Amino acid sequence: MSFDFLTDKDRIFTNLYGMKDRSLKGVKARGHWDGTGAILAKGRDWIVQEMKDSGLRGRGGAGFPTGLKWSFMPKESDGRPHYLVVNADESEPGTCKDREIMRHDPHTLVEGCLIASFAMGANACYIYIRGEYVREKEALQQAIDEAYEDGLIGKNACGSGFDFDLYLSHGAGAYICGEETALLESLEGKKGMPRLKPPFPANAGLYGNPTTVNNVESIAVVPTILRRGAGWFASFGRERNAGTKVFGISGHVERPCVVEEAMSIPFRDLIEKHCGGVRGGWDNLKAVIPGGSSVPCLTMEQCEDVLMDFDALSALKSGLGTAAVIVMDKDTDIIKAIWRLSKFYKHESCGQCTPCREGTGWMMRVMDRLVAGDAAIEEIDMLQEVTKQVEGHTICALGDAAAWPIQGLIRNFRGEIEERIKAKEAGRVTAALAAE
Amino acid sequence: MSDLRKLVIDGEEHELDPNLTVLQACEVAGKEIPRFCYHERLSIAGNCRMCLIEAVGAPKPMASCAMQVKDLRGGPEGQPPAIKTNSPLVKQAREGVMEFLLINHPLDCPICDQGGECDLQDQAMAYGADFSRFNEAKRSMDEINLGPLIKTHMTRCIQCTRCVRFATEIAGVPEMGCTGRGEDAEIVSYLDSALTSEMQGNVIDLCPVGALTSRPYAFNARPWELCKTETIDVMDALGSNIRIDAKGTEVMRVMPLNHDGVNEEWISDKARFACDGLARQRLDQPYVRKDGKLTAASWDEAFAAVREKVSGIAPEKIAALAGDLVSTEAMFALKALMTQIGSANVDCRQDRAKLPAGNRSAWLFNSTIEGIEDADAILLIGTNPRKESPVLNARIRKAWLTGVEVGMIGEAVDLTYDTHHVGMGGESLSAIKDSVFYKDVLSKAERPLVILGAAATARDDGEAVLGASMALAESLGGQFSMLHTAAARVGGLEVNCLPGEDGRDTDGILVGAASGAVEVVYLLGADEIDMETLGQAFVIYQGHHGDAGAHRADVILPAAAYTEQSGIFVNTEGRPQMAYRAAFPLGEAKEDWAIIRALSERLGEPLPFDSIDQLRAKMFEQFPHLQTINAITPAEWRAAPTGTVDEAPFVCPIDDFYMTNPIARASETMAECSRLAREKTSALAAE
Repeated sequence: MSFDFLTDKDRIFTNLYGMKDRSLKGVKARGHWDGTGAILAKGRDWIVQEMKDSGLRGRGGAGFPTGLKWSFMPKESDGRPHYLVVNADESEPGTCKDREIMRHDPHTLVEGCLIASFAMGANACYIYIRGEYVREKEALQQAIDEAYEDGLIGKNACGSGFDFDLYLSHGAGAYICGEETALLESLEGKKGMPRLKPPFPANAGLYGNPTTVNNVESIAVVPTILRRGAGWFASFGRERNAGTKVFGISGHVERPCVVEEAMSIPFRDLIEKHCGGVRGGWDNLKAVIPGGSSVPCLTMEQCEDVLMDFDALSALKSGLGTAAVIVMDKDTDIIKAIWRLSKFYKHESCGQCTPCREGTGWMMRVMDRLVAGDAAIEEIDMLQEVTKQVEGHTICALGDAAAWPIQGLIRNFRGEIEERIKAKEAGRVTAALAAE
Repeated sequence: MSDLRKLVIDGEEHELDPNLTVLQACEVAGKEIPRFCYHERLSIAGNCRMCLIEAVGAPKPMASCAMQVKDLRGGPEGQPPAIKTNSPLVKQAREGVMEFLLINHPLDCPICDQGGECDLQDQAMAYGADFSRFNEAKRSMDEINLGPLIKTHMTRCIQCTRCVRFATEIAGVPEMGCTGRGEDAEIVSYLDSALTSEMQGNVIDLCPVGALTSRPYAFNARPWELCKTETIDVMDALGSNIRIDAKGTEVMRVMPLNHDGVNEEWISDKARFACDGLARQRLDQPYVRKDGKLTAASWDEAFAAVREKVSGIAPEKIAALAGDLVSTEAMFALKALMTQIGSANVDCRQDRAKLPAGNRSAWLFNSTIEGIEDADAILLIGTNPRKESPVLNARIRKAWLTGVEVGMIGEAVDLTYDTHHVGMGGESLSAIKDSVFYKDVLSKAERPLVILGAAATARDDGEAVLGASMALAESLGGQFSMLHTAAARVGGLEVNCLPGEDGRDTDGILVGAASGAVEVVYLLGADEIDMETLGQAFVIYQGHHGDAGAHRADVILPAAAYTEQSGIFVNTEGRPQMAYRAAFPLGEAKEDWAIIRALSERLGEPLPFDSIDQLRAKMFEQFPHLQTINAITPAEWRAAPTGTVDEAPFVCPIDDFYMTNPIARASETMAECSRLAREKTSALAAE
C-alpha cells in the first residue's frame, strides 16, 4: 500500500520556506484572509462545531482535541473578559515548526487568532513568543501591524462588528514558560512556574479570567480548515488522527527539513521522500525520537512500518509530541544523546516541586556515569525506578518529559548500557568512547 | 444538610463540605496525610508533593492539599468519588517523594536544632528508607543572613516556601523569595538582611526542617529535655497564648500556642525572644538604701524599713502605682493593702491614660480580636498596632486582604498594608466627618470598627479623645475598641486598682511626690514613669528587674517574673486568661501577692487571704466575670462624655518596639534587634 503524499494544493502553509511574499498583499494573493468576515458571520457555535468535526488535535504535543478545548470556555461571559493565549514559546529541543510559520507565513496565525478568539468570545489575544525568536517576533509584529492597518483586526475586525486586539509578548527563553500555566504566570509578569490544576485555565487563567491556551500551529490552521471545510481536513490521516501536520526532521538524514505532510504518513516514507533518507542508508538507522525531546525513542525495527500519528506512536509507548523527528544513525552514542536531554531538563526544571527539582539532577548524574560506564548494572534498574518516581508525581508535565527519554533508552538500549558498564569494568574501551 | 458531598475515603463513606480540600476532608475523616508545604494559615503551594493520594479512576496520584472535594469526579455509574490514602500506589508515591527530599538533605540530625521536633525526621520514620542509593555528591547551599533572631542552615531547606508565604501574606513584608531554578532554587532574603517584621520569629515554627532555627536558642537544649508550660504572654496587651520551655530553672524559649480568638498561632518577636532577659539584671534579694547606697538585706530588714517609714506618716501621704506586667491578683492585693492602710492614692495607669473607672465599654476591645475580620471598614485613632501589638496588626492585615479599607489618624507609618491617612491629630478627629475617608468609606460601611490607642487618652484632653471616638463609633452604628499596650492594664481596671474617693491618680501622685505632699510611693513593677518626678519621696519598689524603679528605690522587694508565678491576665478585649508558673523565682524573690500579704502583716492587720486560691476567691466575689477564664464578658455600652479635643498630633507611645518593659530591656537579643532597627531607620533617613 503506497501512501498518498500531500500535494501542494492541499498545503495550508504555502510559504513555509519563505520563498514567496509574506506581506499582507502576498498572502492575500495566496488565498489567506479570504472571506474571513463571512466565516465570523456564521457564528461561534458553527465555528466550534466545525473545529470539532475537523478532528484537529492540539499541535503542541499533548494532542487534545482543539474544538473540544474551545467548547470548555463559558458560553456567556459572567462579566469577566475571556482570553485566547497562543503558545509560541516553542522550546522543545528538535522542534522548529512554529518558527517557520511565524517567520514566513505569519498571517495564517494572525487570522487564526481572530477566528479562534471570536469563537471563544475573547476580545483580546496574547501571543507569547519565545525569547530567542527575535526575527520571528519582528515578522509576526509586522503582520499584526499590517492586519491592524487593513482593518482585519482591531475595532470592528473584518467588518464583523467584533472588536479584537492582538498583543505580542516576548518571553525570556525559559523552557518551562511553554507549559501553559507557567506561560500565563510569565505573561502576568511573574516567575514562570506552573500553577496547580484545577482550576483549569478555562475557568481561571490569565489574570483569573477564562482563558484558552493553544499552540501556534493549532491556531494557524484554523482559517484554512474553516474555508475548505471540516471534511477536507478530516480526509487526511487515519481516524482520530486527522489533518495535515508540519513535521520537523533533524539529525542524521541527508536533508533535514520542515515539511507539511498528511498525518499518518509512514515514518519511512516521510524520511525518504522529504529528507533524502537516513545518512548512510536505512540500515544505518539506530534510533528515532519521533516527537521532540520529551518522548521515548524508537528502535530501527519499530520504525520500519510505524505511522506518524498520535495513536500509532503511543501504541509503541512513544508519542507524536510536536512531530519533531530526531533521527540518529549508528554512529550515535545514544546514551550520551539521552544524557544531553537529561542535562537539558535538569537545567530547565523550575524547582517548584520536589520530584522534578531533586529528580532531574539525580537522573542526569546517573546518566553522567552511564555515559562513561562508571556504574553498576543494578543502577540501571535504580534509574528506571527513579524515573517512575518522578513521572506522574509533579505539578506539570516537565517531570514526565524528563523521565520518558530515559525510560525509552532503558527499554530499547539496555544492552548497550550494560555492555559499556562491563567494558569499563574489564578495562576495555568501547567504540563510542574511543571515537571521542 | 443537602450541600454536603459524599466522599469515600479508604472504603468509608463520609459526607463532607465540598469546599474542603481533600487533605482537610481526610483530617475530618481521621486520616492523617503527611505534608510539608501545606499550612492551614498560608496559601496553598502544592509543591512538596508529600500529600499525594490516589483518586480512584484518576491516571495518577494527586496532591490532596490542592484539590477540593467538589473537584473530585465520581464513578462512571454515579458512584460518589472515592480516594485512597493508604494504597500501595500512595505509599510508593510518598516514599518516592521522601527519597527525593532526603537525597540532598544533610544527614546532620545529631547537630541540628530541629532534631526531635522535625517534620522531615518524623515523616522519614514513616516513609523513609533505612539506606540511601544516592551515590552522587550532595548539594549544599550558601547561608543567608536573617539577622540576630533566625539562624539559617539553607542546605537543610526543602524549598517548601512556607517562610516566603508567611513573610508575604501574614507579616506583610515581601522580603523573602525563591531565586534560581531547578535544583539551584534557593530561599533568600532581600539584600541578604533580616526581615523588617516584628513577627519574623514565626518562620522558625513554620519551617518543617532545620533550615530556619532560633539563633538565641541555638545548641542550648533538646526538646525532650524541656519542661513545657502553657501560659500567657505579657509583652503586649494581646494576651498571646504561649508555651514556655524551661530547662531546670531557666526559661530556654517561648513558643506560640494556637488560639483562634487571640493570636491564631503567631507571636511577636518580643514575646518569643525577650526571654533571655529573664536571666539578666534580676533582683534576687531584698535591698535597703543605707547612706544613699542600696545594700543587700534580709526580708525582715526590708519589711522593717518599710514599716518604719510608713507607720510614722499620714495615710494620704502614701501612694501606690502598678506597672505593666503585674497580674490581676497582685493589683487586687495592692488595692486591698492601700485600702487597709487608709490611702486612696492608688493607680494602675502609669501611662496616665484617662480611662474611666467602671465603664468597661470605654476601655475594652469591644469588637473582640476575632471580630476585626467581621468589620468592613476600620479607623485607627492614635495607635500604631504594628508596634503596639504586631499579631493584632496581622489580623487587621488579614481583614485588609479581603478588601477592608483602613483609615488612620496619627503618625503616617507603614503598617504593612495600605491605609488612608486622615490626619495627624486631634483636629482630624474633630473634623472626621469632612474627610474623604469618612464620606467614601466609613459612612457607607455596615460594620465599621473604630480602634483607639490607649495612649491617645494619656494626654490632657484624653477624656475628650475617648468621648469623641466613642461618639464616632456610636454615630456610625459600629464598634468601638481600645487597643492597650500593657498586659496588666485591663486587669487593673477590672479589679478597680484605681484611686478611691479623693485619691490621687498617677498625675496626682507624681505631682504630690514632687511637691512633698506624697512621702511614700509604692511601685509595684512600675518602671515606665519618669523617676525624676518622684522628688524626695521614699520609694518602695517591688519587681523582678533592676530597671528604672529599682535604681530609684529606697527599699527593693524582689518579686517573681511572669514566668515564675501563676496569675490572671485580662487581655485588651477583656478575656481573662490564666498564666502558670514555668520556673521558680530566683534567689529570695517571692510571688507578688505573697509579698503584699506578708507586708500587710508587718504593717498591722494581715490581708484576709493566706493563699492565692483564697485571694482569687475574694477577687471573684467582687468581680465575678474574671472567674470565667478564657471567656469574654461583653461590656455594657456607656458612651463617655465628650469635650474639646486638642489639635496636638497623636504620638505613638512606643518609641522602640524592642525596649518596652524591664524584661525586654534586660534582653541581649532585644538590644541587638533594637540596634539593627535603629541602624535601618537612620540609613533610610540618610538616603
